[in-house]
Amino acid sequence: MSNLTDLTISELRQLLDRREVTSTEVTKAYLQRIQGVDPRIHSFITVTEEEALEQAKRADERIFSGASSSLTGIPLGIKDVICTRGINTTCGSKMLENFRPPYNAHVMERLEEHGAVMLGKLNMDEFAMGSSTENSAFFETRNPWDLERIPGGSSGGSAASVGARLCCASLGSDTGGSIRQPASHCGVVGMKPTYGRVSRYGLVAFASSLDQIGPLARSVKDCAILLEAISGHDPRDSTCLPAPVPAYSKACSEGLDGFTIGVPEEYFVEGLDPEVERAVKAGIDTLESAGAQIERISLPHTEYAVAVYYIIATAEASSNLSRYDGVKYGFRAEGYSNLIEMYKKTRAQGFGPEVKRRIMLGTYCLSAGYYDAFYKKASQVRTLIIQDFKEAFKKCDCLAAPVAPTTAFRLGEKVADPIQMYLSDIFTIPVNLAGIPGISVPCGFDSKGLPVGLQLMAGHLQEEKLLRAAFNLETALNLQVKWPET
Amino acid sequence: MAKITVTEVEHVAHLARLTFSTEEVEAFTRQLNDILEFIDKLDALDTAGIEPTTRAIELLNVFREDEVKESLPVEEATGNAPLAEEGAFVVPRII
Repeated sequence: MSNLTDLTISELRQLLDRREVTSTEVTKAYLQRIQGVDPRIHSFITVTEEEALEQAKRADERIFSGASSSLTGIPLGIKDVICTRGINTTCGSKMLENFRPPYNAHVMERLEEHGAVMLGKLNMDEFAMGSSTENSAFFETRNPWDLERIPGGSSGGSAASVGARLCCASLGSDTGGSIRQPASHCGVVGMKPTYGRVSRYGLVAFASSLDQIGPLARSVKDCAILLEAISGHDPRDSTCLPAPVPAYSKACSEGLDGFTIGVPEEYFVEGLDPEVERAVKAGIDTLESAGAQIERISLPHTEYAVAVYYIIATAEASSNLSRYDGVKYGFRAEGYSNLIEMYKKTRAQGFGPEVKRRIMLGTYCLSAGYYDAFYKKASQVRTLIIQDFKEAFKKCDCLAAPVAPTTAFRLGEKVADPIQMYLSDIFTIPVNLAGIPGISVPCGFDSKGLPVGLQLMAGHLQEEKLLRAAFNLETALNLQVKWPET
Repeated sequence: MAKITVTEVEHVAHLARLTFSTEEVEAFTRQLNDILEFIDKLDALDTAGIEPTTRAIELLNVFREDEVKESLPVEEATGNAPLAEEGAFVVPRII
């Protein structure tokens, strides 16, 4: 049992329920691996060893009594943007460095009901703003496939920790690609569910009309298991959908006969790395061999998505982040003579450069005289992007495309150029604007040995279609036997 | 031509309750101009008569019963405040 940390949720479930191994043993194996490996990866901001061992002990009692559910005793990592009662939730920001939420996010309540084990809180770009995790106020996270490269972002810790086998699976959040892009760069499966599929209660807000919590895992089936556990209605988030939750893991057993996959031409354009293109196209060929019918389609407004996103997301962020005023919780600067000065000093010292840049852009776009030119215009183009998808889904069950234009880039490579950094989300942003689900599945490697992800997209609440296509791709490619050495 | 000037950046910073050094204001002015220029591409699209989308999934009238439920005790609600006294947040004198 030396490789407990290599197993998927499904594999661990069997061993745990057959009592061949205990959750305490698995949890200890992960904690030991975190201690040995994470000093090189830097994926955890907080490791909750004591709590994890206590949760594992309770899980073992539950398993022993025969009352286990899908996640009982499974060690998970949680992005540090999700509120955990009594445990630091920093959002990768100095502003919330010592913030201990007095309540649990809805997803944490769900995981607790399941008896899952939380190993700790994972690093991220400050307030989930970034594509490389270099915007964390604390430290950079490294890509387990090449320590000189970024893991992607903003859920970089969530993806790197799963790829490096420092947790069995994790939760991230995705506003413009923040689950799918790092999943692609770290060779793991990551899904952004339909907007409203998972409650945002207790998710620290970045852009409320785009944010969604989702799973990152080492297999499509694990992703489905975790999604099933966290989905469903929660009256505390008024945008959370009251739709029933299907047995997502069952979607993984169907073939692709009669299944149509659209390939949008606008996702294979200049700027897409030829090696990424080759791997993604090979993945699409594999889906065709597995029985899917492939259709060339067009999403004509794709090229406008990044511009729309950087107006809408920053406008919403500038409003959401006004709550950090040094009064109710979080950081407060010292040395002020009046209230306005306290606000300004607190925010100037508490936020990092990218967060300030986005607050500034959002405030400008919403300021007097500019609203129509920016926010209204962007919201109208958002409608056109949504219409593109609606047309496509009349003909297709799902769409296949790259996740990111390149594989993981080097640390520091794009830090000085915000627009280049923003463009790394060019293929993931449209899904958020349309509120539809998207998944990143490993589909191969480039010549440097870095993983490439293939993105699948489907209509609202069509997660089963995504999982079905993703599972068939994963099975046909059989890549998951390979993991980075670290 | 610059879309946003140093003076405007300083005004927006005030609206956003942020302060910057002179070098920071200059850097932000440059970067915001680059970003605004990039955003300009939206002007190429005719959007006359297109309804704006504010949320991707429309849910109308999400109501619930107005019931009194347990809420956070004051102690916990103020527990993370940088400065709190007797169950209240302490701020600099306003009036």
